[in-house]
Amino acid sequence: MKHTLSVLVENKPGVLSRIAGLFSRRGFNIDSLAVGVTDDPDISRMTITVDGKEQPIEQVTKQLHKLINVIKITDLDPHNTVARELALIKVKSAARNRGEIMQVAEIFRANILDVARNTMTLEITGTTEKIDALEKLLEPHGVVEVVRTGRIAIERSEK
Amino acid sequence: MLIKGSEAIVESLKANGVEAIFGLPGGVVIPLYDSLYDADIKHYLVRHEQGAAHAADGYARATGKTGVCIATSGPGATNLVTGIANAYMDSSPMVAITGQVRSGLIGTDGFQEADITGITQPIVKHSYLIKDPKDIPRVFKEAFYIASTGRPGPVVIDIPVDMQLAEIDYKQPSRVQLLGYKPTLKGHKRQIKAAAKLIAAAERPVIYAGGGIVSANAEKELRRLAKLVQAPVTTTLMGLGSYPETDKLSLGMLGMHGTGYANYAVTHSDLLIAVGARFDDRVTGKLETFAKDAKKIHIDLDPAEISKNVPIDVPIVGDAKNVLRDLLVELKKLDVDPKRTRPWIRQMNQWKKSHPLQYKDLKREIMPQFVVEEIYRVTRGKAVICTEVGQNQMWAALFYKHTNPRNFITSGGLGTMGFGFPASIGAKVGRPRETVIDIAGDGSFQMNIQELATAVNYNIPVIVAILNNGYLGMVRQWQELFWGKRYSETCIECQPDFAKVAEAYGALGMTIKDKKDVADALRTAIKARKPAVLDFRVKQEENVFPMVPAGKSITEMIGGHK
Ligand SMILES: Cc1ncc(C[n+]2csc(CCOP(=O)(O)OP(=O)(O)O)c2C)c(N)n1
Ligand SMILES: [Mg+2]
Repeated sequence: MKHTLSVLVENKPGVLSRIAGLFSRRGFNIDSLAVGVTDDPDISRMTITVDGKEQPIEQVTKQLHKLINVIKITDLDPHNTVARELALIKVKSAARNRGEIMQVAEIFRANILDVARNTMTLEITGTTEKIDALEKLLEPHGVVEVVRTGRIAIERSEK
Repeated sequence: MLIKGSEAIVESLKANGVEAIFGLPGGVVIPLYDSLYDADIKHYLVRHEQGAAHAADGYARATGKTGVCIATSGPGATNLVTGIANAYMDSSPMVAITGQVRSGLIGTDGFQEADITGITQPIVKHSYLIKDPKDIPRVFKEAFYIASTGRPGPVVIDIPVDMQLAEIDYKQPSRVQLLGYKPTLKGHKRQIKAAAKLIAAAERPVIYAGGGIVSANAEKELRRLAKLVQAPVTTTLMGLGSYPETDKLSLGMLGMHGTGYANYAVTHSDLLIAVGARFDDRVTGKLETFAKDAKKIHIDLDPAEISKNVPIDVPIVGDAKNVLRDLLVELKKLDVDPKRTRPWIRQMNQWKKSHPLQYKDLKREIMPQFVVEEIYRVTRGKAVICTEVGQNQMWAALFYKHTNPRNFITSGGLGTMGFGFPASIGAKVGRPRETVIDIAGDGSFQMNIQELATAVNYNIPVIVAILNNGYLGMVRQWQELFWGKRYSETCIECQPDFAKVAEAYGALGMTIKDKKDVADALRTAIKARKPAVLDFRVKQEENVFPMVPAGKSITEMIGGHK
């Protein structure tokens, strides 16, 4: 199972490298990583997704906790979180398939950012699965490049 | 108070209780050394920065205080790396100060620039690169706090030369504020109760004590626990001395070169009480068979150690001293019947008879184990013993009866040849009134032999007892046992005359070839009150037994049977 770890860290130089270094040293893999400051400029949030099947998630979080700059780690409960990812997809397009691509984009509520003679660039926000699905649909047209942000997530509040 | 950054460093060192520093200057630490010039902190000039790091480490282990070393940027800093890794693996409190090129030059491959915070990232508890001289007092306070509390470890402070030259308004911060660092010291009440219940019900309990007992100064609590529940105690290499081996409940060391009786006891136990130990592969052997029928209690300061290698039934995170105290209170409530383990203790005594620690003594030739026993006899077991790495280390662990914590200083986790001698210098600086002996190998001693100059320079009278077998003995032993006696590059064909080398440095040097001279040589060295090197020419192809081949169950020992 994929785990989404929401990690609050002190916003200090070298923190990202300490975390990345820890993963590689302990032989853990990072699936995706997104970093940004929080409402408190001294504190950043890292959203890290890891495969719980391949690595002992408990060891990962305990080792992360030992880093002095790590303040808090939450292993987000998927039933209780909203997660999003953003992707930019550049796909091959000629006049004949442009319409079809635009239709797919509309279904997925993707924005068209750029249209060139031979390509189109789409912007999509959604769950990892949704982005995967769009990518798959675009594949037959020829996907030139995909840029993904990695997942960010937030816990739902009590209703 | 307006002072220079370098003066702020010295003031901060004093404010954090530093009395001794080991180091060697260079370009970018000249300002710092200038401020040390007339400070009342004793600085020991080493001959190689690796020696400084190990000396600081040895000082820390012998005293419990944080060891401090200084090196210049680039090669000075990289020379510290082995010493920092060594302190990290054995959880030894240390602050390593490195100079750095001026901040404007960082990242440009300036002369003697090395990214030491980057290089040491996987082997430090924490590190700092000072970018604002105003941070100096805070960073030092935090560094000493982090190094010495929780699970201790090394902290690196990298200081660009311009930070040392800048003027700051110096003020010691009143307290440390670290959002992400709050070690759990008190054990969880409910867990302690659960542990007490298991202990009271166990018929074949074994206590497995590690270095955590030593660093928490919890030896008294450990003794009380063993006595109250009448459980035998085995210690790891790092835990030697935390339980007196002269006591009848002592099983000595366990693991790859553990005693037969310790390994049998652990394997047949119904309850394993691990305190401040981390189930290292040299201890457990094959994981699937390690104490396979035992319930397991694990008391450790570091939550990440719990269930890392072996699943644990009752984990207790906390400082060993605190937890053991609380555990004793709970156990007293339960009225543990001390008689219930009697058959188990009887079994233990049988194993001690059938699998004693032994070696075949010779008439004139010196057996390495004999030298270790003589050191114990001559010093009445009161010396601070440091070791190098290899067979010498294992013989020192097995054939000296360890009775006091902080009296056995050895490179456990990293297994660093060359550690023992500089560590013994640090230990002697910290505890000048005690006899400090480095039980050495002829290979290892040559890795930091230059520190003889440091020992002579400051008249730090440590004794190096070389168990000179002419081999990289431990590797040769593996080659003998598992590689068809193909001694590839383990015979040290060209060796200096160690006694002459010692004399050349101004130390006492002796060569001992006859068994009957061993004790006298030791006495002479102790009386000499100056650094001494005793070159004991021991039997060359002797092996350390018992031995569990790597990856085997710990009862699958070679040797050690009667
Ligand atoms: C720095 C370092 N290099 C290599 C090794 C591998 N090694 C482990 S024991 C050993 C032999 C040590 O020889 P010596 O100091 O003479 O000790 P002996 O085993 O002969 O007592 C070696 C080379 C090591 N532990 N440390
Ligand atoms: Mg040797």
